[in-house]
Amino acid sequence: MADSFKFELVSPERLLISEDAEQVILPGAEGEMTVLAKHAPVMTTIRPGVVTVKPTSGAEQRYAVFGGFADILPETCTLLAESAVPVGELNREDLQRRIEAAKRDAEAAEDAEARSRAELFLQQLTTLENAIIPA
Amino acid sequence: MASLKDLRNRIASVKATQKITKAMQMVAAAKLRRAQEAAEAARPYSERMESVLANIAQAVSGGGEAPQLMVGNGKDDVHLLVVATADRGLCGGFNSQIARLAREHIRKLLAEGKTVKVFTVGRKGYDMLRRDYAKLIVERVELKEVKQLGFSNADDIAKKIIALFNDGQFDVCTLFYSRFKSVISQVPTAQPLIPAATGEAEGGDGAVYDYEPSAEEILGDLVPRNIAVQIFKALLENAAGEMGAKMTAMDNATRNAGEMIDKLTITYNRQRQAQITKELIEIISGAEAL
Repeated sequence: MADSFKFELVSPERLLISEDAEQVILPGAEGEMTVLAKHAPVMTTIRPGVVTVKPTSGAEQRYAVFGGFADILPETCTLLAESAVPVGELNREDLQRRIEAAKRDAEAAEDAEARSRAELFLQQLTTLENAIIPA
Repeated sequence: MASLKDLRNRIASVKATQKITKAMQMVAAAKLRRAQEAAEAARPYSERMESVLANIAQAVSGGGEAPQLMVGNGKDDVHLLVVATADRGLCGGFNSQIARLAREHIRKLLAEGKTVKVFTVGRKGYDMLRRDYAKLIVERVELKEVKQLGFSNADDIAKKIIALFNDGQFDVCTLFYSRFKSVISQVPTAQPLIPAATGEAEGGDGAVYDYEPSAEEILGDLVPRNIAVQIFKALLENAAGEMGAKMTAMDNATRNAGEMIDKLTITYNRQRQAQITKELIEIISGAEAL
């Protein structure tokens, strides 16, 4: 059996998951990353995407996260998500609403930097939409 | 002296009031449970956030620039007071306690010659501070329409505050809310928001992190989020505190109404007896006269 580590996914509203996992795949700011036990300490921001958790017992779980950051230590991995939803509970309307809000943000942005950031976020959301919701 | 009919009406109306306060107390109790659960569910996030922030702040303080949102811009001239209260009354001294604390601060800051700006969250705080400091209120938010407090509500408020800060509208920001100590005790609290009060990183792990992208960039992302989290926490504690205060207030009101009914009933019975006695005397003395 592979080594396990403690994985926690928390959003401001609730603690979504807290259990021992063998492997977690995170959508890091600079690319997808797979976290295994004894990972070197890393702190990274998260872009909107899907987190796949493989607990030591039970089936693989998938969560959609909308930004946040992860704190990775050899024995623990904490993902602080701005907002997180199990993929099964995610629906198109909710995602559409988020995309609309992101579009408005992009239009309302005052300077170039804020706009490019909002546009990046929008683009990531759209990718996420295509990834999890079959057309 | 009130007539018997008046007394009867009075008793009926007090009874109706008692029914209302009783119902409000029960509603508050149910809502309190929900609010407490929400506050508890939010706790892990803010705890983790704090420890992560402390860790990273330590790493950054070695070199490089910490964002102004965290360390302040070095000035101390314009203060922004964010006053978070409930949107409804009938909860005892809950709102006025917060307003009083805010008022004391305003008075002190004004006496020191600082400029004060006020940002009210919740209708009651606005109503109370408007009387004395209408000119200082720069912004207000009402959460009356919100049924279930979400993180996005806090995030909106945080964005407004950060925009004001980046605009150079104020130097120091303090958040006023009521800390939920227990159902019967809420403590009005002033918490510094900008510059942020960061705790010491827990010693022990002291791990050397790799940062992706850079530590500064993460911190720049983290600090605004931390402000939103702090506000969210304050709003949740407020919501729980409001319900606790309302429950206590309504419990007292129900009890007072009960006492009042007892007293009125005694007066009513006494008066009715007096009337009967009076009629008897009239009959007897009438019979004796014959």
